[in-house]
Amino acid sequence: MALLTLLAVTTIGIIRLRSLFGVVIMAGIYSFVMASLLIALDAVDVAMTEASVGAGISTVILLATLHLTKTTEVASTKHSLIALALVLIIGGALVFGTLSLPPFGVADAVIHQHVVPRYLTDTIKETGVPNVVTSVLADYRGYDTLGETTVIFTAGIGVMLLLAGLRRRGEEPKKEEDAK
Amino acid sequence: MSLDLILRVGAKIILPFILLFALYVQFHGDYGPGGGFQAGVISAGMVILVAVVFGLGPARRIAPPGLIRFMVPLGVLIYAGTGVAGLLLGRNYLDYAVFALDSAHGHERGIFLVELGVLITVSGTMVALFYSFVERGR
Repeated sequence: MALLTLLAVTTIGIIRLRSLFGVVIMAGIYSFVMASLLIALDAVDVAMTEASVGAGISTVILLATLHLTKTTEVASTKHSLIALALVLIIGGALVFGTLSLPPFGVADAVIHQHVVPRYLTDTIKETGVPNVVTSVLADYRGYDTLGETTVIFTAGIGVMLLLAGLRRRGEEPKKEEDAK
Repeated sequence: MSLDLILRVGAKIILPFILLFALYVQFHGDYGPGGGFQAGVISAGMVILVAVVFGLGPARRIAPPGLIRFMVPLGVLIYAGTGVAGLLLGRNYLDYAVFALDSAHGHERGIFLVELGVLITVSGTMVALFYSFVERGR
C-alpha cells in the first residue's frame, strides 16, 4: 500500500513538473518503486527487468535525448475538453474491465486451470530447468520470445537508422575527442 | 573531469562486479531469477557506465561499435538458428529435444542457446542505441 501511494505521488510529480530533467529522474524513481512493488508481488524476474530497463537504460537514453533537445516543457495554454472526455471514457472502460477479473491472488482462477499445472509439475522432467519462468519463456513459449527478440532487433535498427539517417552520405563520423 | 576522483575509483571498483552479476544472471537464470534479457541490459549498463564516467573513448575500446553492430542481428540469428537446427535434425521448429540423447538435457541446452541469443541481441541493441544517441549529440 505504501508503495502504491509512492507510485501515485511520483505520477502526480511527473504531471506537475515542467523541467524535463526532473521528469526523467522521477520516471526512474517510478520504475524503481514499481520494481519494489513487483518484488513484493513475488514476480522477481519482472522486477529485475523493470529495475534494469525502466530505471537504468531508459533513464540514460532519455537523458541522452534531453542532450539533443530542450530541457523544459512548453506549457500548453488551452485545455481540450474532447481530450478530457476521451481520457475519462477510456479510463472508465479500463476500470469497468477490471471488475470482471477474478479476485487478486485466487488460486482457482481460470488462468491457473489450463496449462499452468502441467508447466509447474512437469518442467523439471521435460526441460531440466527448475525456474519455471525461464522454461516457459525460452521453451514452452519459445516462439513468443523469438518474436520479442526480433522486436528488439527491429526497434534498435530502426532507431539507429533514424538517428544516423540525417547525417550526409559519405561524410565520415567525426573523430571522437575525449571530452564528454 | 579530474575532480570526480571518488566517482572514477568507485566506478572502477564496481565495474567487474556488474559484469560478473550480468554473467551470473545469465547462466544462473535456469535456477534463479533472470535470463538473457536482464543479463543483456545489465552488461549494456556496464558499458554505458564506462562511457558516462570515463568518456566515450574507453567505452569504445571495451565495446567497439563494429562489434556491437554485428551483435544486434547475431543474437536473433542464434535464436532462429537454434530453431532451424531442430528442423534439420528432424523435429519441429524450436523443439530442443534433439540436442542431447536425453530429451530433458536437450531442452536444457536449447534454452541455453536461446538465452545466449537473447543476451547478445539485447546487450548489442542497448549499447548501439546509446552510441547512436551520443554520436548524434556531438
